[in-house]
Amino acid sequence: MKYDEALARFEPVLGIETHIELGTASKMFCGCPTGFGAEPNTQVCPVCLGLPGSLPVTNRSAIEGIIKIGLALNCDIVEWCRFARKNYFYPDMPKNYQISQYDEPLCVDGHLDIEVEGETYRIEIERVHMEEDTGKSLHVGGTTGRIQGAEYSLVDYNRAGIPLVEIVTKPIPATGDRAPLVARAYATELRELVRSLGVSDVRMEQGSMRCDVNVSLMPRGAQEWGTRTETKNVNSLRSVERAVRSEIERQAGVLDGGGRVVQETRHFHEEDGRTTSGRSKEEAQDYRYFPEPDLVPMAPSREWVEELRGTLPELPAARRGRIQGEWGLSDLELRDVVNAGAVDLIEATIIQGTDAGAARKWWMNELSRRATEQGVELADLPITPEQVARVQAMLTAGELNDKLARKVFEGVLAGEGTPDEVVAKRGLKIVSDEGELSSVIDEVIAGNPDVADKIRAGKVAAAGALVGAVMKATRGQADAGRARELILEKLGAS
Amino acid sequence: MTGTERSGVEGTGQAARAGGSGGSSPQKDTAELVRKTAAELGELLSAGEVSAAEVAEAHLDRIAAVDGQVNAFLHVDRETTLAQARTVDERRAAGERLGPLAGVPVAHKDVFTTTDMPTTAGSKILEGWRPPYDATITARLREAGLVILGKTNMDEFAMGSSTENSAYFTSRNPWDLERIPGGSSGGSSAAVAAYEAPLSTGTDTGGSIRQPASVTGIVGMKPTYGGSSRYGVIAFASSLDTPGPFARTVLDAALLQEAFSGHDRMDSTSVAEAVPPVVEAARHADVDGLRIGVVKEFAGDGYDPGVSARFDEAVELLESLGAKVVEVSCPHFTYALPAYYLIAPSECSSNLARFDAMRYGLRVGDDGTRSAEEVMALTRAEGFGPEVKRRIMLGTYALSSGYYDAYYGKAQQVRTLIKRDFEAAFEQVDVLVSPTTPTTAFPIGERADDPIAMYLADLCTIPANLTGNAAISVPCGLSDGLPVGLQIMAPVLGDDRVYRVGAAVERALEDRWGGPLLAKAPAL
Amino acid sequence: MSAITRDEVSHLARLSRLALGDDELDHLAAQLDQIISAVARVQEVAAEDIPPTSHALPLTNVYRTDEARECLTPEQALAAAPATEGQRFRVPRILDEEA
Repeated sequence: MKYDEALARFEPVLGIETHIELGTASKMFCGCPTGFGAEPNTQVCPVCLGLPGSLPVTNRSAIEGIIKIGLALNCDIVEWCRFARKNYFYPDMPKNYQISQYDEPLCVDGHLDIEVEGETYRIEIERVHMEEDTGKSLHVGGTTGRIQGAEYSLVDYNRAGIPLVEIVTKPIPATGDRAPLVARAYATELRELVRSLGVSDVRMEQGSMRCDVNVSLMPRGAQEWGTRTETKNVNSLRSVERAVRSEIERQAGVLDGGGRVVQETRHFHEEDGRTTSGRSKEEAQDYRYFPEPDLVPMAPSREWVEELRGTLPELPAARRGRIQGEWGLSDLELRDVVNAGAVDLIEATIIQGTDAGAARKWWMNELSRRATEQGVELADLPITPEQVARVQAMLTAGELNDKLARKVFEGVLAGEGTPDEVVAKRGLKIVSDEGELSSVIDEVIAGNPDVADKIRAGKVAAAGALVGAVMKATRGQADAGRARELILEKLGAS
Repeated sequence: MTGTERSGVEGTGQAARAGGSGGSSPQKDTAELVRKTAAELGELLSAGEVSAAEVAEAHLDRIAAVDGQVNAFLHVDRETTLAQARTVDERRAAGERLGPLAGVPVAHKDVFTTTDMPTTAGSKILEGWRPPYDATITARLREAGLVILGKTNMDEFAMGSSTENSAYFTSRNPWDLERIPGGSSGGSSAAVAAYEAPLSTGTDTGGSIRQPASVTGIVGMKPTYGGSSRYGVIAFASSLDTPGPFARTVLDAALLQEAFSGHDRMDSTSVAEAVPPVVEAARHADVDGLRIGVVKEFAGDGYDPGVSARFDEAVELLESLGAKVVEVSCPHFTYALPAYYLIAPSECSSNLARFDAMRYGLRVGDDGTRSAEEVMALTRAEGFGPEVKRRIMLGTYALSSGYYDAYYGKAQQVRTLIKRDFEAAFEQVDVLVSPTTPTTAFPIGERADDPIAMYLADLCTIPANLTGNAAISVPCGLSDGLPVGLQIMAPVLGDDRVYRVGAAVERALEDRWGGPLLAKAPAL
Repeated sequence: MSAITRDEVSHLARLSRLALGDDELDHLAAQLDQIISAVARVQEVAAEDIPPTSHALPLTNVYRTDEARECLTPEQALAAAPATEGQRFRVPRILDEEA
């Protein structure tokens, strides 16, 4: 069913479960390192391989990380809780149980405010709990390289045991046709929040942040929620939005045709933005949770929690409010800066002495354009806020003009060195030597007698052509304003 | 006969041949060496009167001579053992300060991981597995200079009271080879009772050290939970499993416990407190003025008359030594058995899930068409024995949604009640005593297909597991020619108390008998 | 009345990943029935107001410092694997159930 029609008849209810891998030095329950992209099975030990006899020991930094996330999400940090085993068999899970938390999560009852089209939505957080990640399977054979139809699989346990925080929202009602945008905005805000805490790199493309999106529909005006589906592992912000939209359309179609929505797991496909049913389960899962006997309960002291609260940085929402005022941004400009991931970069550039307008201009225009060209995040460009500030300082001092400044950036991004090195190597200083400029102008006048005559005759506007020729002759290094003054002077038109 | 069964027998058989041909130092009477206690051997070794290699060789010879009858060992590797012994001799020669047990041999239960010997936990599913890491206790034995003679037989994954659940073979009771040596650590108890080793290790989840010690006439100690590391102990029931020592004397057991105990940062449930002064307590052997509680509930129907008689005599003996004996009621102790048979299988159903044919161990039925799920199920059906399957199924049931509250949940509440019983009792008395197990060693096969009857062997030992208390079994006499054990229980971290009482009982009874009980065992 | 049905036993076997034959299931059903009836005694004494005990000792807050330590080599990690390929554990095809 078409989206608008679906929304006219049904009200969606959302729920989002987000998994975030913490960026600790070692795994959740053992000392193996956590680096992304290592050779297979090089970051494993008896514990994370689940070898007989091995035992887990909890990583203190991971617990600090989840408590920080819980505090940033305005959660209560419980005074006592336990890990629980979630029992199910799967080849990428070495113990065939996941150490997780069940009815005693570490953080409960929080909220996160988000904004969509000028309206604020408070997303209630049900719980935030600690668990461990699984290994990764590579499916071999068959036609698609996917799990379906594969002949066998190859498992790498490097990721097994990486600390994983699961953040579960309460059902999110009454978002109407903004449901997909609300879902996306929540994921975006959550990512910003966690990133600001410095506890995870929250890179969806690398899987360090993954969303499962629950959607159900109820007829408009109904009181009772419909059956929900859970779309797993939606791995970009855009996909979060698309998955919600696609599930709304699909479920509306099912309901409209008199069918029933089946409670099931669904998979999102990036290619066409649709979801498909996971393997229909012969029987409901029964995870047989019970308290993890190998780990003792956690009882975070109030002192510890307050100490961690004291380390929280300025959170994104507060920060946005502050910079909007300080930098004099419109709502739209603020949104663009945030979406571009430029807040930190601009702020760091300002700290180096650049004024807010210039700092924003460079990062949001010239550098954003180059990041897009190269297909990387702004923050991943090989240029630092200090370097941007240095270029702007040279510009302010009249040593560079706008055009030259762009060339300096080009050089820095090409790995030619610092701005000063690029200026020196490329010889990019503004030509301020009056004698040299004067002789160039003489040559240009001599080479363009017709234009010169027009100017002498009072058509001052024609001077632009000569200025252009001067700039060309100096490879852009002349001060264009001064060149124009000299041309008019020499031709008696000033 | 399975492949491993053959290799297990060959392992000991090889030792037999080598021992028969090689012999040991002609000056030393090897028969005398194997009858010495660990403490005596330690003194001979530190005085330089005998080398670790000679002591190891004497025990390997003994194993070669008798293990064909006793079946205590799953794995013996003469060369690895002698190499360890020579290393200890070299360390001593180099002037290294070594502990009191350096050079003393120990038989190691096959539930502890060892890098230089296979580790199977008595299961076919782990046949031939060579762990890439040593259990903490294995490492501590090595550091202390103990020489590992081999890996001892056990009920599969420590589930059983007889070793009849071993996937390889049943160990024999040296007092009567047609009877069980107890279990699950039955290989370890048989090895010590048969003078194949002066010391051995065990694990006690519901009585798996104390019951085999009781039925073979030796000393077996379950330390306070968390007092000895579980890292590298193949888990049966994590909240109950407790490694501990077997020995022929109370002092030897204390020496071994001291050698491998202490905090382990690899085990989150390891206690941070210092090891109680167990060796000192074992030498102290004095109960004058001590308050001893007799658990009222552990008597009556189901207890062999001979067991009850020896127990009563032991209590009288304690009284004669100056202890104050009172009867104590622990009303919930009789619920310990059903609670245990919910908690232990629940934990085991989860702990044993990792044996799935994916990363190590047996794989069955992988014909290229079957799914991982099917291969897992075929492997587990073939690789696990009947008792293990029974407990996995029982535990899966107890944890299932809909049954959790009625079974696992209730069992956890019973655990609280038992804890309260212990706390109330220890307000009145310093230690509690009971028979270790209601009967003497039963004939092999008698209870093999009657799980409920088999479970009764752990009736008196289970409460201490549920609450983590320290408890020991010491020999207290014979009933129809078979050993009876006295169980002494102390509060958590009161390990020294049970050694003190155990040593007093041992000294008084040996005075009465004119020597250790084991001296009455028939020669092999 | 039996405490557990033959169907439940069959379901438990699937949950436990045990491919049991009919005979074995029958035998187990009878034994489990007997055992469950016996252990159900725990329900006699455990009143509602009794807190459960999951751990033998009341320890809390055991953590380790976040330091990377030495791993196994891939050779050690894979040494006991029934099958490997390209430094990974080779396993039979996986049915799409959880991932």
